[in-house]
Amino acid sequence: MTLLEDTKYLEVEIWRGDAAGGEFQSFQVPAYESQTILDVVSWVQQNTDPGLTYRYACRVGMCGSCAMMVNGTPRWTCRTHVKKVADGDRLRVAPLRNLPIIKDLATDMDPFFDKWVAAEGKHHPSKSREDQIEQIDPENSARVEANSGIECINCSVCYAACDTVAGNPDYLGPAALQRAWTLYNDARDAKKQVILDAVSGTGGCHNCHSQGSCTVHCPNELNPMKAIAGLKRETAISFLRKAR
Amino acid sequence: MLDLRLYMMQRLSAMFMAPFVLVHIAVMVYAIQGGLSTEEILGRTQGSVFWFLFYATFVIAVSVHSAIGLRVIAHEMLKLNGLTLSVLTWGICLVLLFTGGRAVTAVTLL
Amino acid sequence: MRKTYRGHPLWFAYLLHRVSGLALALFLPAHFYLLSLALTAPERLDYFLNFAENPLVKIAEFGLVFGLAVHMFGGLRLLALEWLPWSANQKTLAASAVAVSFLISGTFFLQAI
Repeated sequence: MTLLEDTKYLEVEIWRGDAAGGEFQSFQVPAYESQTILDVVSWVQQNTDPGLTYRYACRVGMCGSCAMMVNGTPRWTCRTHVKKVADGDRLRVAPLRNLPIIKDLATDMDPFFDKWVAAEGKHHPSKSREDQIEQIDPENSARVEANSGIECINCSVCYAACDTVAGNPDYLGPAALQRAWTLYNDARDAKKQVILDAVSGTGGCHNCHSQGSCTVHCPNELNPMKAIAGLKRETAISFLRKAR
Repeated sequence: MLDLRLYMMQRLSAMFMAPFVLVHIAVMVYAIQGGLSTEEILGRTQGSVFWFLFYATFVIAVSVHSAIGLRVIAHEMLKLNGLTLSVLTWGICLVLLFTGGRAVTAVTLL
Repeated sequence: MRKTYRGHPLWFAYLLHRVSGLALALFLPAHFYLLSLALTAPERLDYFLNFAENPLVKIAEFGLVFGLAVHMFGGLRLLALEWLPWSANQKTLAASAVAVSFLISGTFFLQAI
């Protein structure tokens, strides 16, 4: 590729490889006034190397599919501006941490979603279609607590930021546990104790060290650390009740 | 590598120990003045039922707390698992109980 | 890479809690062994207590007292975080735990020298 004299370029290193291993490859990408990390990656794929593998869908921060490590920090790349995170004109883009790599920047999200299910992060209905629809008071404190977690887009940024996941691969992780806490506080969920039991195993909420990287990096500014603390409190109360 | 039961033992032993740690630090600040000697330590503690019970309970709580804490570190940093991890946890707990028990009897019994 | 996902206050609070906990747990058997000498070999215990007059040992003792205090106050913060209603000022609480621990271990150090 010929570099143009009057154009500014970003020095971009992108991780290339698969599950067996790989290395960073350098690219020069024209710098624009307003440019996201996803724009940069897409520019490489469209102009330099069509074989570059990565994942995205909505480009507006709703689908949760484009998260990558950018200069060592997990980020939603479609809503992250180059200006905010570049080290001078340098960018280093890598696949999300704590997940198996499929190819280049695309990781295998299966462990992340499997844990979501293992934490009972699924609805347990309390009514049938024959019943009246339940009235939910939006001011109710449990509902307010549940609401605080529902904007999760499953992007796995918190999971990639968590050192407890890195040290303990069985650990369910911030997103799945926050989902469990949301359902635990949902008046329409019928199996509260099933949820508490699901998060009390050897990979459960009790392994969390409250490092808070999940909360610091969540792109939607949710607070998984607080949700996990809630699960610890409720499981501790149920433990003491049983002991009596 | 903590289930609910181990977590509760870890947290309850911690909560129980906090006042013991405060007293321990206060005694240290008081006793360190002018240096330490065997005579001085024994003069305070020997034959005292209070200090025997204080340090004996402290040793039991700290043995439980340290064993579980080191278990977590061994799992996360050394990737130990299963039986090895259980043996290590119990081993640390017993070693601390034994050496701690010897220390308590040495300084409090006549 | 100057800054990574780890560089924030509560992560450092975690690191301090882990390092202090590990150090205290490894120190305990030595602590217990020395005290048990009171019964079996008092003259050797006195030898070690004299050795503790060495300025470098005083500094190490300061480190141990700081570690003990910061593990306790940091641990109380974690207990409150987990079992009491949520409070959003965790960074301030973690910093306070470090400050109080420094004050206490500083007092110890001033008494020791």
